[in-house]
Amino acid sequence: MNLPIVSKPIVPSSEEFVTNFEEAVHLETVSVRYRVPSERVRTFKEYFIRRLKGEVQMRTFWALQDVTLDVYRGEVFGLVGVNGAGKSTLLKVVARVLRPTKGRVIVKGRVAPLLELGAGFHPELTGEENIFLNGALLGFSHREMQEKYDQIVEFAELGQFINAPIRTYSSGMYARLGFSVATATEPDVLIVDEVLSVGDEAFQKKCNARIEAFRQRGSAILLVSHSMGTIETMCQRAAWLDHGILKAIGEPLQVIRAYRERGG
Amino acid sequence: MQSTTTYDSAQLVPHALQELREAINYRHLLFQLIRRDILTRYRRSFLGVAWTMLNPLGIMLVLSFVFSHLFSQTRAYPAFILSGLMAWNFFSQSTTSAMNSLVWGGGLLQRIYIPRASFGISAIGSGMINLVLSFVPLVIVMAVTGTPVRITVAFLPVSILLLASFTLGLGLMISTIAVYFPDVAEMYQIILTAWMYLTPIIYPETAIPENYRLFLHLNPLYYLVKLWRVPLYDGRWPIWSEVWPAMLIALGMLLAGWLIFTSKSDEFAYRV
Repeated sequence: MNLPIVSKPIVPSSEEFVTNFEEAVHLETVSVRYRVPSERVRTFKEYFIRRLKGEVQMRTFWALQDVTLDVYRGEVFGLVGVNGAGKSTLLKVVARVLRPTKGRVIVKGRVAPLLELGAGFHPELTGEENIFLNGALLGFSHREMQEKYDQIVEFAELGQFINAPIRTYSSGMYARLGFSVATATEPDVLIVDEVLSVGDEAFQKKCNARIEAFRQRGSAILLVSHSMGTIETMCQRAAWLDHGILKAIGEPLQVIRAYRERGG
Repeated sequence: MQSTTTYDSAQLVPHALQELREAINYRHLLFQLIRRDILTRYRRSFLGVAWTMLNPLGIMLVLSFVFSHLFSQTRAYPAFILSGLMAWNFFSQSTTSAMNSLVWGGGLLQRIYIPRASFGISAIGSGMINLVLSFVPLVIVMAVTGTPVRITVAFLPVSILLLASFTLGLGLMISTIAVYFPDVAEMYQIILTAWMYLTPIIYPETAIPENYRLFLHLNPLYYLVKLWRVPLYDGRWPIWSEVWPAMLIALGMLLAGWLIFTSKSDEFAYRV
């Protein structure tokens, strides 16, 4: 689904970013290896018997291989690639969820991932209660969230529903609440994994405007999207990942072209 | 806030200390998770949180009815059972929910950084709140059966703290195992049932024949439950030889559980 094409904000070219802006995320030859047992061994007995026979065979694959890149303050950085190319793994490494198998990750400041639909929400709790729960997941105290509360409710456009259990919410309402909370905490690095395609057009526009405001204030935004329109309109720079390998990085249009010609 | 901090994956801080520091940083999260547990548990039920008190009371009634003849020489048997059940329920429910919340709630761990021990700690925290609430029915039952509440209950915070340390340690340990072997979750329920009957919860210690009583001393929960019942039901101060084994067991288990859990917790996001 393509985002409405809004006129692209006037921004410095990608070369200027590399030279003028302070880095927020630094990845240095980062590799992530997943080990999957070739057959899933689920019981102790099976495990020990196989272990003794030396039969526990681990298939390993590299979700990221020697990825080196920097993301600067004040830019929206897009990631493109087919499913399973390592985009989400890269986001997890930045979000401190996964520790890289090799290489080094440095993140300056606070990271907030925009959680997928429902993650971090409890269906039985009201919207209000979930705001505080979600805030705590991002590391904020009750009092700190109290200060942001009005702004969150207003942005999410939930009206009276804020006092209803969120199992009664539509998927659009979920997404709006999630986006409002994550962005209200004003992170230095915001991680957006393909969640903006939910919600109606008007809300998407609002989200894009807020992301742009963030960028101007000096946050770094990492954005994964399968929509080339989104990458093109919103990002200052982009990278293409294929089988965990960084294939191209730079001006969004060039990266998209490379991806279309050789990849997707 | 941590907004000025820099995360560097190459920084090597011992996991056990790192996790402890993060758990303290995220204390608001622990509070919110406990609140969520308490609020949601009975939200859709008519009697709500009252179930925390009614539940042990109901089980106590059933057990007293079934066993009162068998253990008729035990003084104030309903108060005896209820005091033991409180400790046992806290232990079994908290360890189970620590394990389940990590295995089933682990999806969050793949999306956002939070201290991995949060689930375990908050499970024990909400267990403790339930434990405190269940004092209400206990005091009623004690009054009805003519068991006076003595000043020795002042010792109970120590008993609770030691039992909670043991519970957290074991909860973290089995959560770690359950991440790798989901079967453990099922197995643990069977182990718990056996463990309950091997611990003097519903029967007095004296019901066990002399020559088998030695085996009781191999059961860590024996010491912890005893330290619970002595000031509460027996109404006397515990003696030192009853206190130190319980302390040793509780702190040992906490340390072991914490070390095992934190040494493996970086891998959880790959597994759960």
